[in-house]
Amino acid sequence: MRLLIKNGRVVDPANNIDAALDILVADGKIVKVAKDIKANGAQIIDAADKIIIPGLVDMHVHLREPGREDKETVESGTAAALKGGVTTLLAMPNTTPAIDSEENIALLKKIIGKSAQANVLICGAISKGRLGKELSGIAELKKAGALAISDDGSSVDNDDLLLDAFKQAKEAGLLVICHSEDKALSGKGVVNRGLIATRMGLRGISHESEYLRVERDIKLAKKTGVKIHIAHVSCKESVILIAAAKKQGVKVTAEAAPHHFSFTEEAVLGFDTNFKMNPPLRSKADREALRQALKDGTIDCIASDHAPHTENEKDIEFDRAEFGVIGLETELSAAITELVETKLLDWPRLVEKMAVNPARILGIDQGSLATGKDADIVIIDPKQERLVEKQKLISRSKNCAFLGMKLRGVVEYTIYKGEVHPWNS
Amino acid sequence: MTVKGIIMSWVRKDLLGLEYLSKEEIELILSTADSFKEVSTREIKKVPALRGKTVVNLFYEPSTRTRVSFEVAAKRLSADVINIASETSSVKKGETLIDTGKNIQALKADIIVMRHNYSGAAVVLARNIDLSVINAGDGWHEHPTQALLDIFTLKEKLGRIPGLHVTIVGDIAHSRVARSNIWGLTKLGAKVTVCAPAMLIPPGIEELGVKVSHDLGEALKQADAVNVLRMQFERDEEEAFPKQLEYFQNFGITAERLKKAKKGIIVMHPGPINRGIEMSSEVADGANSVILEQVTNGIAVRMAVLFLVAQAREENAA
Repeated sequence: MRLLIKNGRVVDPANNIDAALDILVADGKIVKVAKDIKANGAQIIDAADKIIIPGLVDMHVHLREPGREDKETVESGTAAALKGGVTTLLAMPNTTPAIDSEENIALLKKIIGKSAQANVLICGAISKGRLGKELSGIAELKKAGALAISDDGSSVDNDDLLLDAFKQAKEAGLLVICHSEDKALSGKGVVNRGLIATRMGLRGISHESEYLRVERDIKLAKKTGVKIHIAHVSCKESVILIAAAKKQGVKVTAEAAPHHFSFTEEAVLGFDTNFKMNPPLRSKADREALRQALKDGTIDCIASDHAPHTENEKDIEFDRAEFGVIGLETELSAAITELVETKLLDWPRLVEKMAVNPARILGIDQGSLATGKDADIVIIDPKQERLVEKQKLISRSKNCAFLGMKLRGVVEYTIYKGEVHPWNS
Repeated sequence: MTVKGIIMSWVRKDLLGLEYLSKEEIELILSTADSFKEVSTREIKKVPALRGKTVVNLFYEPSTRTRVSFEVAAKRLSADVINIASETSSVKKGETLIDTGKNIQALKADIIVMRHNYSGAAVVLARNIDLSVINAGDGWHEHPTQALLDIFTLKEKLGRIPGLHVTIVGDIAHSRVARSNIWGLTKLGAKVTVCAPAMLIPPGIEELGVKVSHDLGEALKQADAVNVLRMQFERDEEEAFPKQLEYFQNFGITAERLKKAKKGIIVMHPGPINRGIEMSSEVADGANSVILEQVTNGIAVRMAVLFLVAQAREENAA
């Protein structure tokens, strides 16, 4: 089957393209990118006034399968991803069982083979059961197909163990994704420490609980030469540390989540648990620091930290509710609204943050619209606004921080390996 | 009706905290309470204002004082009162807060008075049901009727609130009474000082317009009233907590200390008192203490709140 996308603005920073071009797709691959391509019987999508970008790569997603299929499955999560323009995602290993062995990777691969609607990449666990006590077989995980390792949800507390993990990951050529949080400091905290926590009578989570761990993780990365990636950066101090480390040549990259660059801690004042996440929403100054870091490149990419939870786990007292929000279906619109509309990023830079850079960090061949690449393409109406409504979300869970808000930029089509998914009809 | 000369401008379904109220709304509750105070001095201590209404006391935390005060207040308004304590309810069987609320709604009750150990629980419940919710204390967040009765008592004793110096002593960090008092007093124009060891002062509290002191002597110097919080030394928390004896030496209210304070300083306490910990018995039972009057005023204030909320329900229904 041949497909021709006509009259759109192609934004493909991997190939330094931002121009009105047509794209011809055949057999799941991009065949030609040029002006005025003739249809010759191909199916045509008229993309006039639309923006065409490579499929997004989200390197921080919790698909919950195996183990918590009531929250999300590989099938529902990847369907939600496609709707949000995400064609490739990295699945976090905090499932039941944790993805900490060759055998469990095989199990996950089987599920992916059977039900994934998008490209699912595998992140293995650093430690067995993610307990931070004993390392999983890191070389074995790599061999079985893991692209990175992480104990996401937890940080490895033991410095020696983490140092060992970094050494082994370096040797295996694996990226380590760091959930940088000292739980001895964050404790039972549920919101950012400060005035808002005080007003609400809730326990606070200090900045120190994050940036002291970022500092340690960077130190050990420097010592071992391993590539690390700091997940869900939330505060100013972490940004400063990452910027300094990059200057020194430490192989560190970082991501920010849409909720962290969109909201501040004030959003939690109504005790709405769709604003409860870990790390928590921080102050205005922190949000501004994240935005500037996205602009200046200190933060390399945007990742959703899509964390589905059931209503039973969310629609309860704030202290008892689970941490986390879903984000696959809203991350692109949130980024357009908060970063492009505000002129912080132009379209090519946005595509870098959401496709090119995460692909580069993971070492995969995505994020480009060059001839011969997989036809993973997103067509966006950049002007259209939409209201984020619970009943329209297709993720199995509905814990979205953007519910009831109007976001700019609507995904009209997601094309995954040449297959067209229209969303606006 | 004994309620005279009150401008009815209460429109809220719920009373969740003093943070959410305007100065005028707080004043309306206080003046309404003023009219209701007389009811408790009558031979027949009852008015028909809430006849045919059902008030459910839903208590997830043990409380005798507040629960009984609400019960007496509701009964003096002729409401039917049902008490649910978490120990005896389906809460123990794992029912969610919202499900419990919806079940009480299905019983066609009118008002839920809730005490809960988690901050924000009343806010969450109120958002999810049509019944009125009166917060009788949620976690460390708010205890609005306690602060209202404290303020009512202060006004009764000292004639005004604007310009008064009020010092709150004790575990500010973990106190809903402190938070509600801070909101109410500052909105009405009082000057508030919070006094405690540093570990019991929550971050950012100065931004609410209060002074922070770690020196009780200094904090009492200018005070027209001191509100002494209950210290929960039995608290099983991960947070740091001072030693009991050390606390009494530095922050306990004694007759000695009061001698150095302003003459006629008023001593308040939300109860129950730990004698010899927050204050000496001499102070608790002394001339400056208004602790039992607070209990009496609590009835009037809670009658006012129940009345205003019920009134708004009828107006919304009409």
